[in-house]
Amino acid sequence: MNLLSNLPLLADAGSMFFTPSNSTFAGEVDGLFDFIYWLSVFFFVLIIGVMVYFVLAYYRRPGHEPQHSSSHNNLLEITWSVIPSFLVVVIFVMGFTSYMNIRTPPDDAYEINVVARKWAWLFKYPNGAESENLHIPVGRPVRFILQSEDVIHNMFVPAFRTKMDCVPGRYNEIWVEATNVTGTGINPEDHDPLWLFCAEYCGRDHSNMKAQVYVYETGDFDAWAVKAANLYEGRTMAEVGEILYKRKGCVSCHSVDGSRKAGPSFKAGFGVAHKMADGSEVEMDENYISESIRNPRAKVVAGYEPVMPVFSSSQLSDQDITAIAEYIKSLK
Amino acid sequence: MSVGATPDRFQAADAGGHHDREDNYLLASSGIGSWLFTLDHKRIGVMYLVGIMASFFLGGIFALVLRAELFTGQKLFLSEDAYNQMFTLHGAVMTFLFIIPSIPAALGNFVLPMMLGQKDVAFPRMNLASFYLWVIGAIFFLAAIIFGGLDTGWTFYTPYSVTTNTRVILALLGVFVLGFSSIFTGLNFVVTINTMRPHGMTWFKMPLFLWATYATAIIQLLATPVLGITGLLLIAERALRIGIFDPEIGGDPVLFQHFFWFYSHPAVYIMILPAMGIISELVAVFSRKHIFGYRFIAYSSIAIALLGFLVWGHHMFVSGQSQLAAVVFSGLTFSVSIPSAIKVFNWTSTMYKGSISLATPMCYALAFIFLFTIGGLTGLFLGALATDVQLHDTYFVVAHFHYVMMGGTLVAFVGGLYYWWPKMFGVMYNENAGRFFSLIVFLGFNLTFFPQFIMGSRGMPRRYARYVDEFQIYHQLSTMGAFLLGIGMVGAIAVLIYSLYRGKKAPANPWGANTLEWMCSSPPPLHNFETPPPVGDPYDYSNLRYDEREGGYVVDPGSGKKTYSH
Repeated sequence: MNLLSNLPLLADAGSMFFTPSNSTFAGEVDGLFDFIYWLSVFFFVLIIGVMVYFVLAYYRRPGHEPQHSSSHNNLLEITWSVIPSFLVVVIFVMGFTSYMNIRTPPDDAYEINVVARKWAWLFKYPNGAESENLHIPVGRPVRFILQSEDVIHNMFVPAFRTKMDCVPGRYNEIWVEATNVTGTGINPEDHDPLWLFCAEYCGRDHSNMKAQVYVYETGDFDAWAVKAANLYEGRTMAEVGEILYKRKGCVSCHSVDGSRKAGPSFKAGFGVAHKMADGSEVEMDENYISESIRNPRAKVVAGYEPVMPVFSSSQLSDQDITAIAEYIKSLK
Repeated sequence: MSVGATPDRFQAADAGGHHDREDNYLLASSGIGSWLFTLDHKRIGVMYLVGIMASFFLGGIFALVLRAELFTGQKLFLSEDAYNQMFTLHGAVMTFLFIIPSIPAALGNFVLPMMLGQKDVAFPRMNLASFYLWVIGAIFFLAAIIFGGLDTGWTFYTPYSVTTNTRVILALLGVFVLGFSSIFTGLNFVVTINTMRPHGMTWFKMPLFLWATYATAIIQLLATPVLGITGLLLIAERALRIGIFDPEIGGDPVLFQHFFWFYSHPAVYIMILPAMGIISELVAVFSRKHIFGYRFIAYSSIAIALLGFLVWGHHMFVSGQSQLAAVVFSGLTFSVSIPSAIKVFNWTSTMYKGSISLATPMCYALAFIFLFTIGGLTGLFLGALATDVQLHDTYFVVAHFHYVMMGGTLVAFVGGLYYWWPKMFGVMYNENAGRFFSLIVFLGFNLTFFPQFIMGSRGMPRRYARYVDEFQIYHQLSTMGAFLLGIGMVGAIAVLIYSLYRGKKAPANPWGANTLEWMCSSPPPLHNFETPPPVGDPYDYSNLRYDEREGGYVVDPGSGKKTYSH
């Protein structure tokens, strides 16, 4: 319940300060953390111990006078400058060498493109598959190419012990080799996924911009990737539309339960006439949906800011738009 | 604080005629105009004190609202937007309106000329202008809050700050004006210390508070213009779309981070150096021992001020800056830890074989050493690259800088306020009450921020309005601590305010300090000193002895020097 009951864990800093790790370099990071931790504990106890001892030994009381002692001692000053200098150099070198491992992906790494945007993640795999949560194979280096569509975000998986900003207008990269699977098979219910957080403040739903990380056996991962690449196989158009609605970020501005977000809700909107900002009335049909995706500022619903981004045909195919229209149609 | 409510006793003294009035700067003239247009550094210091305490109160309320909202991880009473505005304003108000001006502008203004045995700073009008610039900056901030708020974080990172529809330009204008306030104060202090040291006070006979203030003033002069220009560029980017920070029109968002931290990292030392100066005074006075390693403490202030300019890149270890840059900045960052460590070792050594009084200012000084040591040591985790990658942008960082900024600067500020309070207002506060609330502050502080180290290293990102369940226990401890800390702070301030009405009259030198500000009466006369006070070693206490009748320290008649008290 409180700090006191956690105190015995101080003997094992690992369990108090860390969650279980899941990457090849996590051991080095945690080891360095422990090294600095115990060094800090040593110096903290030393400094505060001496301070408390002096207070107890020399507190002001009747008959107690300050005794003379030298007010400078160059040898002492040099000692307590040089020893910490030496120690921080050790820490610096340890931090720097591990950092180079964290930042240098092996050449043969599997590559995943990460697209961050307000306020969702999109992971793109080499075979064309896309997902909102991250899926990776165990025991294989994975290189992430990070980009952002709007403001700065940051991909942070605590269990991997790594993070990197997603900066608009440039590509950053990180890599990881997971050491443990999060479950068996490709059914999400059989997994205990890891958290992926956005760690760079990005506006309203910053704290809701999280995803889950699934780590599979190699064979399972390949099966997952094949299934994920064939979006239309075995699904109705409306089901695909719902997946796209979530994956492409429609969800962050358009609710399906009638509640108001940055854009109008999709609930029971299809086939109904809507009042536009310029005063005209437009019925929501397939053509209006298509136009609103390709050219969002053409007809903006009254009462809303024209903030919707453009989706080109490389981001959403005509078939995808049909699927989204089918999904909106299904929201009675 | 005493502006609107002058205790009766002062008014009684007022009846004594013109000469008596000049004996007390608080009564030297009356009427609101005599305060608003004063050129007296002491009154300007008091007005600053009122202003920054009001800001601290506002920023503290924001903090408590945030901590209350974070009790469960689900929505309690703040929407995400409201939460984001609240943490932004907490940070911006605390940084720009409170911490940066706190020690230099409020306590420094009051004390610095008197420590030099002077009547005032070098440029009294500029000093008053600095205060009004602060007021104007504060008005811009209030305007930003009232007309739509601010949700960029106090760091204004681009391109978010270019695209948000909150009042970024108003707030940046506030920052710009506040920057000039800070520059004016710094310039004044540099000139004052350079040109107005009394005969006999060489650089190495200056009190260490002056060394610290001097080092601070240099940073204020050299770094603040960069913030001003960065703010103007961001305003231009928002208003004119010039394409310098926003990648959509060809800008580079990371460039903003370089500009911003080129000021804001040195600014961290603007915040902590004066606090270190206060601690150097308090530890020596209340141990009745000459400060240990005077020259090393003095040089370390300058070293921190200079090295502080070279480490800004450590705020960008995970921004995608080159690996070489990260390595260089990591190495430079560690260099700052050495002068800080030297100071801590010297303060501790000063207490050796002393006669240590646990008066309230010393309680805060001891709390400072405890908390600053934690704040400093946890900096090692963040300076080391591999661990920083994990800890960056988590609550570990939040805890680290609160241990330094609040456990360090704020605690030293309150300690200094208690220390100089008798000099400022001529009254003694209740010692036991003061000590009691210092303990509450200390306990509340640790309960608030220590759990944040743990949740941070476990992966809790900062600036989160909602969080996943596994972090709840740490947030709950932290929230409880925050309210305890709030009670402690209110109590600590209340003890001081109460003393204005009921406090015993303060002697000239209640603590037995040997710096010059204690050589005039409490509160000081309008012009501080009739004749320039004799300059000696500021940390030599051998000629002072406690006088029961006086309730304070007087020069031992045996030493053959003129008595300090009137």
